[in-house]
Amino acid sequence: MTNKKNWFQKVVYFYIDGFKSMKLGRTLWLIILLKLFFMFFVLRMFFFPNYLKSNFKTDKERSEYILESLTK
Amino acid sequence: MIESVDMSLVDWSRAQFALTAMYHWIFVPLTLGLTFIIAIMETIYVKTGNPEWGKITRFWMKLFGINFAIGVATGIILEFEFGTNWSKYSWFVGDIFGAPLAIEGIMAFFLESTFIAVMFFGWGKVSKKFHLVSTWLVAVGSNLSALWILVANAWMQKPVGMQFNPETARNEMVNFWEVALSPTAVNKFLHTISSAYVLSAVFVIGVSAWYLLKNRELVFARKSIIVAAIFGFLTSVYTIGTGDGSARHVAKDQPMKFAAMEGLYNGQEGAGLVALGVFSSSETDPKNENLKDFAMKIEIPNILSYMAFMDWNAFVPGIHDLIDGNEKQGIMSANEKIERGKVALAKLKAFKEARKSGDKELAEKLKTEFLAKNFQDNYFKYFGYAYITDTNQLIPNVPLLFYSFHIMVGIGMFFMFLFIYALYLIIRKKAIKHKLFLRVAIWSIPLAYLASQAGWIVAEVGRQPWVIQDLMPTMAAVSHISTGAVQTTFWLFTIIFTTLLIAELRIMFRQIKNGPNS
Repeated sequence: MTNKKNWFQKVVYFYIDGFKSMKLGRTLWLIILLKLFFMFFVLRMFFFPNYLKSNFKTDKERSEYILESLTK
Repeated sequence: MIESVDMSLVDWSRAQFALTAMYHWIFVPLTLGLTFIIAIMETIYVKTGNPEWGKITRFWMKLFGINFAIGVATGIILEFEFGTNWSKYSWFVGDIFGAPLAIEGIMAFFLESTFIAVMFFGWGKVSKKFHLVSTWLVAVGSNLSALWILVANAWMQKPVGMQFNPETARNEMVNFWEVALSPTAVNKFLHTISSAYVLSAVFVIGVSAWYLLKNRELVFARKSIIVAAIFGFLTSVYTIGTGDGSARHVAKDQPMKFAAMEGLYNGQEGAGLVALGVFSSSETDPKNENLKDFAMKIEIPNILSYMAFMDWNAFVPGIHDLIDGNEKQGIMSANEKIERGKVALAKLKAFKEARKSGDKELAEKLKTEFLAKNFQDNYFKYFGYAYITDTNQLIPNVPLLFYSFHIMVGIGMFFMFLFIYALYLIIRKKAIKHKLFLRVAIWSIPLAYLASQAGWIVAEVGRQPWVIQDLMPTMAAVSHISTGAVQTTFWLFTIIFTTLLIAELRIMFRQIKNGPNS
């Protein structure tokens, strides 16, 4: 049990030390986080709603819409 | 509903997808190839214990990190677009697309959160061997992660291992391995990753050449060039082999794309390969602006026949054969395919009506008929043709395809000689004096990206009008959203991706300028 805890702690400290010692990495992480924020909280929410999920409630409705749309 | 689709919506949706895919592809190939080059360099470091190799590995790893960080998640936007702009397509493909993308997502997550962390944080904290294993796993893992999206793409070029379910209007996977290991998918994967390796080798040689030109980091640059040139040469030979395999698949499964790549209007036995050609502004057919005349061309006899069918005298169908049909060669006309597509569509419509009216017995009978092998092979196979209103819609942009294909092949061949010459100069210790070579090597970096993008233009523009070959044309795949919304996001993406690209280039140039000792 103690060994497991130590192993887990080692992994946690490995990541903490890694992040702390970053120089260029900090800029890169900032870019990644900004990018992800913009993608998921701006683009996804305001510009890219899932067309079928937002217009139809069930898969049955969605398939009927597609079938209708394909065969009209 | 299909008839009322606004073609400008289709065009803008395509343009937006092309823009995001092409920008995404700026970042991906370097990630795929540079990891292997780094892994090779680190292996030499671990084997020899020479600290110079450690320094070299760390420097290229830093550039890899920049490219990875800027490029990561740019592909997510493509998935947003599937749901918003291409909802009918997304529904129609069903789990064929979902399963490979889910595997890719899980794989990428585990890869990025574990082994890349060891690769960057693990220097001096884990053993040299464990670090090396992590680097190799990042290389293998990132390439395997690319496998799944390429499997999905290959399915769109050659749909296999699926069954269309008329009740749900979705394709359902019936054989995962047939999808994952289809010859088209395997070849596409190998050709794509090997071309990414070539691009990465050119990148390493180009950056190293810059140091030699500046008379800086001479040992570092020479060692880097040796690894990259050997890696680049071997992978460029392999890329030619996989490209050859790809051409055969295209000739068999997408003959229109193949004919357009070569500007072959009229089929012939013992067809020649156009090694060099320039189109004039006049059309061979006034009804179709895609069919430009050649102003000049240099043709090598019989090569195209051999390339397509491994037979010097085989018949290669031209665009007119594929449109008008060629009874002697057993080629069905486009109009016949349209008629068969309409039969399939009518059957689907009848099934829908029967189900709607509550006639379960009739619906069941129609479903059985629809799913019968004979009907699938002779009618549903051409389902997408039902939406084609003019056979000219079946012809992709010939000059764009022709030039893209020849640019890709030409630059690829050039790189093979670049690698051999780079190796020769380095071994003879003459590289530093050969300023012209060094300049050419630096300018080869943008050429590698050009060739890489041209390859995707061949693959994607070449299969137009199909979003899924023969089953669904682009006009049947788009969502009914406003063209204005697509235009807005198109320009938004242009700004975002250009900003990211500028950020990458600025950070990358600064690090290169600082050099491996910084």
